[in-house]
Amino acid sequence: MIGADAIIKCLEAEGVDVVFGYPGVAICPFYNSILESDIRTILIRTEQNAAHAASGLARVTGKPGVCAVTSGPGATNVITGIATAFADSIPLICITGQVNSELLGSDVFQEADITGAVESFVKYSYLVKNVNDIPRVFKEAFHIANTGRKGPVLIDIPIDIQNAVISKFKYPEEINMRTYKPTVKGHAVQIKKVIRELEKAERPIICVGGGVILSHAEEEIRAFAEKYQVPVVSTMMGIGVMPSEHPLYFGMVGNSGRPCANRAMNESDLLIMVGARVADRAVSQPDLITQNKVLVHIDVDPAEIGKNAGPTIPLVGDAKCIFQDIAKEEIDGSHDAWVETLKEYRIAMERKRKPDPAYVDPAAFIDLLSRKMQDDAIYVADVGQNQIWSCTYHIVKQGKFLTSGGMGTMGYSIPAAMGAKVAAPNRQVIAVCGDGSFQMSMMELATMRQHNIPVKIIVMKNNYLGMVREYQHYSYKDNYSVVDLSGSPDLEMIAAAYGMKFQRVFDMSNASLAIDEFLAKDESVLMECIIDPMDLTK
Amino acid sequence: MNRKRIYSVLVENRSGVLCKVAGLFSRRCFNIDSLAVGETDDPDVSCMTIVSNGDDRTIEQIEKQLNKKLDVIKVKTFDESKSICRELMLVKIKYNKNNRREIMEVCEIMQAKIVDMSKHFMMIQICDTPERIKLLLNMFQSISIVEVARTGTLALMKCMENDD
Repeated sequence: MIGADAIIKCLEAEGVDVVFGYPGVAICPFYNSILESDIRTILIRTEQNAAHAASGLARVTGKPGVCAVTSGPGATNVITGIATAFADSIPLICITGQVNSELLGSDVFQEADITGAVESFVKYSYLVKNVNDIPRVFKEAFHIANTGRKGPVLIDIPIDIQNAVISKFKYPEEINMRTYKPTVKGHAVQIKKVIRELEKAERPIICVGGGVILSHAEEEIRAFAEKYQVPVVSTMMGIGVMPSEHPLYFGMVGNSGRPCANRAMNESDLLIMVGARVADRAVSQPDLITQNKVLVHIDVDPAEIGKNAGPTIPLVGDAKCIFQDIAKEEIDGSHDAWVETLKEYRIAMERKRKPDPAYVDPAAFIDLLSRKMQDDAIYVADVGQNQIWSCTYHIVKQGKFLTSGGMGTMGYSIPAAMGAKVAAPNRQVIAVCGDGSFQMSMMELATMRQHNIPVKIIVMKNNYLGMVREYQHYSYKDNYSVVDLSGSPDLEMIAAAYGMKFQRVFDMSNASLAIDEFLAKDESVLMECIIDPMDLTK
Repeated sequence: MNRKRIYSVLVENRSGVLCKVAGLFSRRCFNIDSLAVGETDDPDVSCMTIVSNGDDRTIEQIEKQLNKKLDVIKVKTFDESKSICRELMLVKIKYNKNNRREIMEVCEIMQAKIVDMSKHFMMIQICDTPERIKLLLNMFQSISIVEVARTGTLALMKCMENDD
């Protein structure tokens, strides 16, 4: 058995059934050994998307997604995908081939110091210099990626190590790392303090972030909110924790969020942040959320607590575990009046849009689309105006809402949707992107065709990099600079070139029928919606 | 308000760890006033002594971010007043027969040692607190300094009865 065989055995032991990647000489031993395995390989068309696809898969399965690329440019191309996963704490295992270990540091063909280059975007990285380390390294890597605050782990393996004979393969059962023991259980004293604050609070609110989804704590938080009538708002990454039309859910906070959600958070007297980083897009003035209120910050990563806003009560641990512990206590207090006030805000503060009937109204379209989608459908939003419209108007039932929140990486939706579809072939998976972000990943239509991954894609076409244009509209008095997307291809011809079905929607008059037709098809469909180029998200 | 803080960081003695820790400071805009690294009694473990400064939030973040690094075994952090700090300095100076006596007197007062000399140069060694090292350097400022090498501060927390 050689190192490459051992890697495959490790992946099998971890229950990996698909690897997204792009081969090159330095990873060829791995791609040769994988032929003997039942693990499915998917040839992505650019390495960045291998990481995005693995991210989409991980967010559906709850297990680390795996991608494998070659050394040098293969490895450097994957960095944006890794950074995207890191920003949203998505568990990934990224295997990179490396040049012969004896040549490391001599700048030979396709050598890149990838462990050095990704240091600030990975939870951990390994450069394997001894073939016998492979089982331990993989065991640790999967453990690190999917525990504590989850994130990507990179394993760089020189080609000679992949080819070296491994003396004895035994996949370790236990992990022995003296430097890594994440806190899972919340401190009992802190939990008691939270309960005391809850009993005192008249206007409590929970703000959920992506950490709630990562710890699978949705059920616990919904049950808690319902039992004590505590309203819930979310960050972008927390969309989907609460069904959108849940009476206690008041929408996304932040500068692109719902006005009533921001007002609810500002007027609360007890704010419980769960699995959220208090980053600038969600909380533009962190000082405000500690004024006139008690801030409880629950996070599995102690470094997030107090980083941007000083909490009154810090509570380190896994959200699911903590809410299970909170559920054991009986708490006095009812907040019906507060909930009623927020419901009034929700109606009174609804944004009034004045769409031009000559175009597809993204708000009405997304609303209609999501009502027609299956209950457990997976909706993947890209980055740009389409993302903000999706966050605001997509109605999550029991499905998932995936997007690149922290990094805001354009081109995320199509590869991530592919990963999600591979993980859940029986669920509807729909990628919604703009004409800018579509062109960042449109090479993956070939991957979808080759590997029969029937993702449905909607392109909101407005011939602009809309989000930047909107910014230039507000901040530079409509002095547009480098945002015009003229020269974009005819999407009907693109669809035909890749053997895909195509639909074009010009306005809302036939949108309903078009969506029915779009959703009814089993195969991939590319739908183009013509959007008012001057439309704004706010 | 910024204040000085010492971090005594036990790390896995592996290649690349110094780079990761130093990178953490630069990436998050934390200051490094001095950094000294050496093996401990356990050859698998190195001790990094990092002197930094910042406001309360920064000081707390530095400790938390250090603890997040998977190669970091333990972080101890303390103020200068709670610790014994030492630094080693070697300084090479050019002397002549007029100031030779004066240099030797300064060395005697400061408990510095002349460790090497030639016809025109001498090398002086001092191991003391960072303040006294600075003082000696000031004393030599009027004489011609050729080269200076300093280790950076090493520090351990003062001995206490409940020490682990």
